[in-house]
Amino acid sequence: MTMAEWALLVLLGALSLASALGLLLSRNAVYAALFLVLNFSVGAVIYLLFNAPFLAVTQVAVYAGAIMVLFVFVIMLLGAERLAPAENPPGLAYQRPLAIILAVALLAVAAWALLSGAQIEPSPSVAPRPDSSPQAMGMWLFGPYLLPLQVVALLLLAAMVGALVLSRKS
Amino acid sequence: MMINSTDVVAVLPFISVALGSVGLLIADLLIPAERRHVTAWLAAALLLTAAVIALSLLGSPTFEAFGGMVISDPTAFFLDTLICTIGLVTILLTLRYNQVRGILRGEFYILLALSISGMTLVTHANNLLILLLGIELLSIPLYVLCGIARPRLESEESALKYFLTGAFASGFLVYGIALTYGASGTLSLQTAPAAPNVSGDPLLLIGIGLILVGLGFKVAAVPFHLWAPDTYEGAPTTVTAFMATATKVAGFAALLRVLHGGLPGMESTWQPLVAIIAAATMIVGNLAALAQQNLKRMLAYSSIAHAGYALVGVAAHDTTSVVFYLTGYAFTTLAAFAVITAIGSSEGEEMQFLEAYSGLGRQKPLLGAVLAIAMFSLIGIPPTVGFIGKYFVFQAAVAKGLVWLAVLGVLTSAMAAYYYLRVVMVAFIREGSAAAPLPTPSAPRNLAAAISVAAVFVLGVVPALLLSMIGNGMLSTTP
Repeated sequence: MTMAEWALLVLLGALSLASALGLLLSRNAVYAALFLVLNFSVGAVIYLLFNAPFLAVTQVAVYAGAIMVLFVFVIMLLGAERLAPAENPPGLAYQRPLAIILAVALLAVAAWALLSGAQIEPSPSVAPRPDSSPQAMGMWLFGPYLLPLQVVALLLLAAMVGALVLSRKS
Repeated sequence: MMINSTDVVAVLPFISVALGSVGLLIADLLIPAERRHVTAWLAAALLLTAAVIALSLLGSPTFEAFGGMVISDPTAFFLDTLICTIGLVTILLTLRYNQVRGILRGEFYILLALSISGMTLVTHANNLLILLLGIELLSIPLYVLCGIARPRLESEESALKYFLTGAFASGFLVYGIALTYGASGTLSLQTAPAAPNVSGDPLLLIGIGLILVGLGFKVAAVPFHLWAPDTYEGAPTTVTAFMATATKVAGFAALLRVLHGGLPGMESTWQPLVAIIAAATMIVGNLAALAQQNLKRMLAYSSIAHAGYALVGVAAHDTTSVVFYLTGYAFTTLAAFAVITAIGSSEGEEMQFLEAYSGLGRQKPLLGAVLAIAMFSLIGIPPTVGFIGKYFVFQAAVAKGLVWLAVLGVLTSAMAAYYYLRVVMVAFIREGSAAAPLPTPSAPRNLAAAISVAAVFVLGVVPALLLSMIGNGMLSTTP
């Protein structure tokens, strides 16, 4: 990795972190949704940086595109742009300190792993995929992974029928 | 990759059920709403066809297909046959019950068929990806089927509880699969532990542990069983019958594929774990069943306890005994549920409590007899299949040196006799109460009960019939 790539990665990481914080802290659901779009897009650029163009395009098309449209639709349909002021439900008061402790523990472990200089490398048996272009992905999907692909299609059909059964007024 | 005929034959039961359920989806559109039972009969014909196909492939030798994604051996085809037969018997049970309960809908049978297609994929899984997809394909239609009696509250509750715990379990499964892949670089069940330097890799061990947790949820093994009683109680009884039998068989098919068919050379790692889960499942399932007054709930705990017995066979690495046990358990449980749907398909409130069965043996001797036979087989009294099944799994455990597990199994079986016999006592000795509803007649249901009872006796008297079909110690590890 060149110096420029490192700088870009750090910048993208900061942006990703900032947009995640913005998502969590904004009290307006539409702003939160837009922060999420930003977060997804930054993720897509990071994927590009790691030489995974197909994943990047999918991230933008599926997450930043389709799923976000759903989110925004639901927010608008419910008219839930403004969140009510936060108040902790009485039985769940323990959750905030617990979350803080767990988050600190996670950060500590990550920091220790970084500072102790532990080599974070994939297991030697995991061969890196040489080509992750959309064309190569297509060859994978319709080659060795043909059966799983068809099963996923059937799975989506089952989910669709199920959703209709549960939501239709009888 | 070109698909050749070997690939198609390897998963022919899956392909026929999957294509058939899509065809059913289209055919259902053309059937007028008041003639929904036509969809049910079409689904029954589809499952009968698939069962016959799977049965006819039973003799073929072991082979892999789709580049090693799936494997076909006698066990797989036998389990396909069993699952399709269970689906067929379930459909016979639904015709009357679903009509009275207002859930005789085309979607019911389409979702049932889709779920079965997932099960017939799990039985052939030779790759963790196929395993996961098969389990999801069998689970998602079931979540909906549990809630199909909407807006009945218990049904909605049942669906929600099953969905949430099921999604949670899938999370464990996916995480386990990801770690296994991370450690070994392959999703194949055959080569995962064989990759260089991974046999003792903690990543692989944690991954396999998480996969076991995910599958433990699916077969309702202790301590992953908490969803089962509420889900079984609230779901429409016909769905409960299907879940208690077919889903259990498919869950065990997954366990057999992972532990017996795959992961060569790792037996010493998983065996103690499975043995402990089996022991806990037998103890907790039977203890909790003792306290139940609701027959559906009691059978839920009974299904947990029986998962424990089947797990004894899994721990003993004896595939034949597990498959035999599951077959016997499935037909026995179907016989019990045939009686429950008979009582439950009378008009008005559904009768699930034991009280509703008092005097059944005198008023309806045949129905009472079916119930009694089912209970005797669940206890494991000869000449029913329940006895032979338990004999096989305990024998397998002793042969593997797991004597304590076999002793525990016999002890808990004796304990179980109390709550099973209580049902027989209520049905035959207690006076009938006026409140007890009379069952509505239904020829398909009678046929279902007859098939189940016949299987219980035939397999109990001539177990060799089944053993010759599945062969001995099939599930070859590496071809």
